[in-house]
Amino acid sequence: MQFRAMIIANQEVSPGYFRMRMTAPQELAGSKPGQFIMVRVRDAIDPLLRRPFGIFDVGTMPSEYPGCAPATYLEMLYKVVGKGTEALSTYHHGDHVDILAPLGIGFDLGDPDEEKILVGGGIGIAPLYYLAKTLVERSRVRFFLGGRTRDDILCVTEFERLGVETYVSTDDGTLGDRGLVTGVMEQHIKEDGRKKTIYACGPMPMLKAVAEIAQRTGTSCQVSLEAYMACGMGACLGCVVKGKDHADESPDYRCVCKDGPVFAFDQLMWV
Amino acid sequence: MSIPDLSVELAGIKLRNPVMTASGTFGYGEEFAEYVNLESIGAIITKGLSIKPKAGNATPRIQETTGGMLNAIGLQNVGIDAFIEKKVPFLRSVSTPVIVNFFGNTVEEYAELAERLDKIPEVAGVEINISCPNVKHGGIVFGTEPKAAYSVVKVVREATIKPVIVKLSPNVTDIVEMAWACADAEADALSLINTLTGMAIDLNKRRPILANVTGGLSGPAVKPVALRMVWQVAKAVKIPVIGIGGIMTGTDALEFMLAGATAVQVGTANFLDPAASSRIAAEMENYLVENGISDVKELIGALDI
Ligand SMILES: Cc1cc2nc3c(=O)[nH]c(=O)nc-3n(C[C@H](O)[C@H](O)[C@H](O)COP(=O)(O)OP(=O)(O)OC[C@H]3O[C@@H](n4cnc5c(N)ncnc54)[C@H](O)[C@@H]3O)c2cc1C
Ligand SMILES: Cc1cc2nc3c(=O)[nH]c(=O)nc-3n(C[C@H](O)[C@H](O)[C@H](O)COP(=O)(O)O)c2cc1C
Ligand code: FES
Repeated sequence: MQFRAMIIANQEVSPGYFRMRMTAPQELAGSKPGQFIMVRVRDAIDPLLRRPFGIFDVGTMPSEYPGCAPATYLEMLYKVVGKGTEALSTYHHGDHVDILAPLGIGFDLGDPDEEKILVGGGIGIAPLYYLAKTLVERSRVRFFLGGRTRDDILCVTEFERLGVETYVSTDDGTLGDRGLVTGVMEQHIKEDGRKKTIYACGPMPMLKAVAEIAQRTGTSCQVSLEAYMACGMGACLGCVVKGKDHADESPDYRCVCKDGPVFAFDQLMWV
Repeated sequence: MSIPDLSVELAGIKLRNPVMTASGTFGYGEEFAEYVNLESIGAIITKGLSIKPKAGNATPRIQETTGGMLNAIGLQNVGIDAFIEKKVPFLRSVSTPVIVNFFGNTVEEYAELAERLDKIPEVAGVEINISCPNVKHGGIVFGTEPKAAYSVVKVVREATIKPVIVKLSPNVTDIVEMAWACADAEADALSLINTLTGMAIDLNKRRPILANVTGGLSGPAVKPVALRMVWQVAKAVKIPVIGIGGIMTGTDALEFMLAGATAVQVGTANFLDPAASSRIAAEMENYLVENGISDVKELIGALDI
């Protein structure tokens, strides 16, 4: 659906990273973890296109007005990387943005009896919080969170507060273990033989490493991808990725916006 | 004042208002049904269709530029069989006229597609995209060579009794010459402009941003070029002209009509505002009401020079 959201809070949680809470229609409370939103950053033609962001959280909060029903909120977590995110970072309580949501298909929550392994790299943790919040009610959840340096490690307390076992690593060792998040994750998932599903979001090299681990260990795995998008609804065909059966003669392109952004790792071509 | 008349007629197709959705920016209509009342649009023009499904280009395929965007989708589409089986049933449920945009690699492919589309009752008309290379003749783009354009339009004209719109490429030396060639081949209407070839570069990587190196520029940035071309062509031919290029508002659309367009198409605007086509029609109506104009047709070509 399309709606105008009022910004409730827009807070810099780490240098260059913001967490924004907005009002949302009640229907948004039914969003699935892993779905995303398209934000019209300004009511103008610069930036021209909407920008895609994961749903960091949705929920209900007490109404501002006593006696009124609780209101629905929507949160996103974003990194300032260019024109659009820079503009977003200047917004305050009371400002408005136009949003299309919820878009795409979300994560498959799978079997509650298996263990859930969440892997996030940098801003890639954005869609994993709402996923963790949903999963932790039914399953054991462990969360592996990596970044280049300590400033790239976000929202650890929030995940811990959900009751999720959280493991931090940084490339430079300034926080948590030193090394790549995938290395840390692999050590931990090897230690027992229990059935698991991995859910991953982050930069492409990280996702590739996760997919290799999943392949090697026979673990089921879902990845959330990013792509440059214009429409977010399957119309422009700008956001495609190669599916597992792709060949030049018989193309297998999937839209990240409509067929994803979440894909089972074995549905994609990893080259 | 009573409600102004926004309806126009285009080569026998009756449009409730002059606003159509541009090919490639509105999918097959159903993608947008959640966001816009499809019954409030003049016509729906579907994604460029070929005989066989087409893969399209490698990614990245799109890049925003100042006031516009570049795309090099590479005409990815489902092919005519899947179109008939999977897309037409939805389009049947909408009363808005559906115009099918298509392209071929050879004159024969254009003819074959026109023949097959001619048999589909849900198709109100066809729009031929001639901005494609002719694989049989050294890859020269049909739409940049008047003789090649004439031959394509001619075979399509003979293959269908449905209204034939020819979509012109702006990447030519003389757009009027192209328009004449298409009119001579008995096109019913001309639509312009398709995208302008452009490029974007990543300085630090020293690489082009699009995998295809070049792409088609669309959006507000192209509007002045489009207006100029529509004005030139509308003066030169007797058949109706459809204005396309950077239309974001009712004002933009009416400017194209003053320049001589009978109708307009809205493309890139659908991405930022999925209800753009419907909103633009409403804004046009408001303008007419505010200015005491009872019929939008009064504005066609009414530019005062
Ligand atoms: C499904 C999806 C979910 C996303 N979720 C989040 C999220 O929760 N938090 C977050 O911070 N970011 C997220 N992103 C990435 C975010 O969309 C881009 O960072 C944003 O569009 C950049 O806009 P900008 O105007 O600031 O940057 P621009 O000025 O447009 O570009 C700056 C740089 O960012 C890169 N970039 C631009 N658009 C994208 C894109 N769509 N995907 C990846 N890189 C891009 C450009 O190549 C360029 O290097 C998501 C992307 C997708 C596709
Ligand atoms: C993503 C994208 C895909 C397009 N695909 C087609 C196509 O398949 N066939 C065609 O004739 N034009 C295609 N076009 C061109 C548009 O129909 C239109 O002519 C152009 O974008 C200019 O209008 P605008 O500035 O309103 O977008 C495409 C444009 C975009 C942006
Ligand atoms: S963003 Fe347009 S098809 Fe995915």
